[in-house]
Amino acid sequence: MIFLTVGTQEPFDRLVRAVDEWAGAHDVPVFGQLGRLEADSYLPRHFPFESFISADEFQERLEDSRLMVGHAGMGSIISALTYGKPLLMMARRASLGEHRNEHQLATAARFAGRPGLHVADEAAQVGALIDRLLAQGAGTAGGTQLSPHASPELIGAVRDFIAGK
Amino acid sequence: MTRVLAISSTGGHWVQLLRLMPAWDGCEVHYACTSPDHEARLRAVAAARGQQVASFTAVTDANRWAKARLVRQLLEVGALLLKVRPDVVITTGASAGYFAIRAGRLLGARTCWLDSIANGEELSLSGARAGPHADLFLTQWPEVARPDGPQFKGSVL
Repeated sequence: MIFLTVGTQEPFDRLVRAVDEWAGAHDVPVFGQLGRLEADSYLPRHFPFESFISADEFQERLEDSRLMVGHAGMGSIISALTYGKPLLMMARRASLGEHRNEHQLATAARFAGRPGLHVADEAAQVGALIDRLLAQGAGTAGGTQLSPHASPELIGAVRDFIAGK
Repeated sequence: MTRVLAISSTGGHWVQLLRLMPAWDGCEVHYACTSPDHEARLRAVAAARGQQVASFTAVTDANRWAKARLVRQLLEVGALLLKVRPDVVITTGASAGYFAIRAGRLLGARTCWLDSIANGEELSLSGARAGPHADLFLTQWPEVARPDGPQFKGSVL
């Protein structure tokens, strides 16, 4: 199973279309969480999807998946790292009307190359990257599982602040 | 017991907020988010840690491009602050956190803004606006830290 998630705000047609084209040519199940779709949004023809799913369903879908495909949002990145799933991400671009600013390009650049995190610069690369990541197998492509909490330094700083120290 | 309000918008902001959970062990913690979706999981995670969830409130989702919703969110966050009267407000953004910082400050709470880890080149817009009003103003990237704030004291990863 491949779990495609584009966050909770705008649709991300460029990524959804690329994954749909891949799904049409492969016999691997895909599920998509596609955000707030608009009248002219691209609708996948080769896999089931929802606009939004509950936090519980999100976790179940992610746990059942071999690969997560998403936009370059921190929610996707932290979720993939937390569950040790490989993530293929593509940045939304404000210049294409996909977001309000270009911060996803910066996020993708910063996290590219961490174990388990992979970046497609263009939609045309998505299919080949999915092929490559699936071929590597879930066992080796996954990132190392992350602690469920922030760094001890940050926890300590916030704890001291709450205590008024 | 110190009363804490932990508030953020949904998505990545909320995921980051909950990664701070150990920081408020032993406090009376109230939560607020722009999606009602997270309550069940929040309660399960808190219970597993031996924490109580004093309350969970869903507020209107908004951003700076949706002015009417923004006003509604401001009113809801203001009402929440009046009801909870927290000693401390902790937020990871975005607009709901900004309103909580401003309203919290007015009501005498100590306030903490942790800018999202997504902002590695410059502060988020809401962070740049909220930071000067926060008692503890943090970025998650050393490159973004400045002598007069934000400070860098680690990240949620």
